[in-house]
Amino acid sequence: MDYITIKNNQRIAFAEIPVLDYDTFYKTLTDNLLNQSDAHCVNYYGVQADKGVQLICCIAHDKAQNISVLSTIVSKSDTLQSITATYPAFHLFEREIHENFGIGFSGHPWLKPVRYPHKAADRSATIADYPFYKIDSEELHEVGVGPIHAGIIEPGHFRFICNGEQILHLEIQLGYQHRGIETLFLQKNNLLQRATLAENIAGDTVIGHSTAFANAWESLCGFTPDRQLQIERAFALENERIAIHTGDLSGICTDIAYQLGNSVFGRLRTPVINYFQRWAGNRFAKGLIRPGKTNFGLTADLTKQWLEMIAAYRPDFVEMANQTFDLPSVLSRIERTGIVEPETAQRIGMVGMAARASNVARDIRASHPWGYYTSIQYQPVTEPVGDVYCRARIRHDEILRSIDMMTEMIDSMDYKPQTATPLTKAAADSFVVSLVEGWRGEICHCAITDANGELKHYKIKDPSFHNWLGLALAVRNNEISDFPICNKSFDLSYSGHDL
Amino acid sequence: MFINNLKILFHQGKQFIPDVTTTEVPGVFRGRPVITDVACNEQQLIDLCPTGAISGNPLRIDLGRCTFCGECAFACPEKIRFTKDYKLSSNIRERLVVSGDQPIEVDADKVRAEIHKLFGRSLKLREVSAAGDNSCEWELNATSNVNFDMGRFGIDFVASPRHADGIVVTGPISENMAEALEICYQATPDPKILILAGTDAISGGIFANSPALNRSFLDKYKVDLYVPGNPVHPLAFVNGVLSLVRGKK
Repeated sequence: MDYITIKNNQRIAFAEIPVLDYDTFYKTLTDNLLNQSDAHCVNYYGVQADKGVQLICCIAHDKAQNISVLSTIVSKSDTLQSITATYPAFHLFEREIHENFGIGFSGHPWLKPVRYPHKAADRSATIADYPFYKIDSEELHEVGVGPIHAGIIEPGHFRFICNGEQILHLEIQLGYQHRGIETLFLQKNNLLQRATLAENIAGDTVIGHSTAFANAWESLCGFTPDRQLQIERAFALENERIAIHTGDLSGICTDIAYQLGNSVFGRLRTPVINYFQRWAGNRFAKGLIRPGKTNFGLTADLTKQWLEMIAAYRPDFVEMANQTFDLPSVLSRIERTGIVEPETAQRIGMVGMAARASNVARDIRASHPWGYYTSIQYQPVTEPVGDVYCRARIRHDEILRSIDMMTEMIDSMDYKPQTATPLTKAAADSFVVSLVEGWRGEICHCAITDANGELKHYKIKDPSFHNWLGLALAVRNNEISDFPICNKSFDLSYSGHDL
Repeated sequence: MFINNLKILFHQGKQFIPDVTTTEVPGVFRGRPVITDVACNEQQLIDLCPTGAISGNPLRIDLGRCTFCGECAFACPEKIRFTKDYKLSSNIRERLVVSGDQPIEVDADKVRAEIHKLFGRSLKLREVSAAGDNSCEWELNATSNVNFDMGRFGIDFVASPRHADGIVVTGPISENMAEALEICYQATPDPKILILAGTDAISGGIFANSPALNRSFLDKYKVDLYVPGNPVHPLAFVNGVLSLVRGKK
């Protein structure tokens, strides 16, 4: 067999992953796996091996609900045939492999640096010398924005090539947020340190990333959480979705100078994140998700508080949303602005909320469910057009959907504390893929253990990794003044990308 | 439509917190810890802490390194208890090291005189996220929302360092952001203040000693205020800045 097929969170022996020569690897991917319409790459990365670099590729099949894993061992001095040339969704994965190991890819359209990591193969390259595209023209001009932006947001650099007010091309350069987090996952060898790292990958996706880590680690240890703990994690994940989506609607209103929407959505977010504080003592739920246990078991009193909170939230939210999505001055700014066509979203491998707003029904809760989600038949919400309106509207729809889902979860809770079964040692020489649908989209963590059951390699992929190119394409032919709402409508993570 | 707007306004009720210096936070917020005299296995707590914030003999917690995860309080509830006190800020780094049940305060005598005089009634800040994970950034944005409304004190975040009286840094300061942070600081006119917001900024937090950081900026410039938190709570930030610029009552 050229690949092994596994489920989300299914532990396998690392040696079970087939190792192919690169030509077979390439053909298996391009002629077979990626030809299937429900397939997309959830991770493709390199691991230092005894002889060269082992490239591991994970292709998720949404209909079959499984993941095909295959690998190849290549040398750092190799120049490989680029998959990006046929499947553009691979562009950033191949760039990352090139940046980390120096491996070349022939036929790659832009083999540029990704994040200037501390372990880059070429240490002479610095973030100040990023090779931007240029156009020789007397009529066009460039606009550079960042790394520090006008608002309180994370750093990144945007370079526009404009014709007057119109954007012809946007190039996004990241890396400013690089903290070496994947290296730290190996250096910090106690579990609490790793759980702390996981919740700091992207501080706006604490539940998403820390759950992905907990699921991966528990799978390596052969631990299955009790039903109640599974529900609580899904409950937390959906509450995080409601909180951030609400805050983003406020942000979108800010960027079109709609003061009422900004204020009301902004204050509506407060009780939702304060609920995390009631539950776990931290408005972003840091400390809530821990592998093998929870320090903050939900109680009937806490779920009652949630129901009361949401009973006050929902009517005010619906009223404000109805007003916002009915207001001509709002609609004129967000309709037909920043469009990513469904075909484009599919081609470049977009994921999550932004993909669903472009009518690509990709949602891990439906396609690769874990824990509580395996017991429901989740149907993804989609929007047809892929403009800012759709990316705003889908937040509204998903908030209401999450409220319904969480209400149902409460009905199936038994509030029994997690049975105390301490985590055992992680299995030796194993491999696991953990997928979680965070509020932005698909989070993927891949772990490999060594002969002693210690972490040998940890790979993190935030959904933003797939979607930054979507933003760059969305703003083409738009006015540069519409860039902020386009950016906010994606609300991608810089730290999740830069790691 | 006008009627709708009025209805919406009416339905919001009063959202602002009338007194941000005395309000009680809801739930089980983990703020300033209290350490008792009860005997305990100190080494166990020291080993437990993910960021090495705990030291022994007597037991102390450095809130500049603490992630406020609360694991130590779960391990030894008789020894360590996290209170809901959100006044966590000081201008003196050593004051963030907690050993008993003393409030954490700004030492007004050590605050430069011009800070009280020039910024006591109006302070404009430029925020720089230097590898911050976006939780502190969300919370600093929240200080200006209708609930916390920091603007009522004349304290605002501004877009340009040229318009700012000081810099607020979040994040552990990556190598890749070091130069941009330096340029931004230099672009801010004197006299100016420097605030570190969040555990990552104050000590590097869980990222301390990562080879991808470059914290030399902090060796060069004096920090005027440390605001601990992971992330900083909006009330911790507002109260910290107020106690810095307003001085003694």
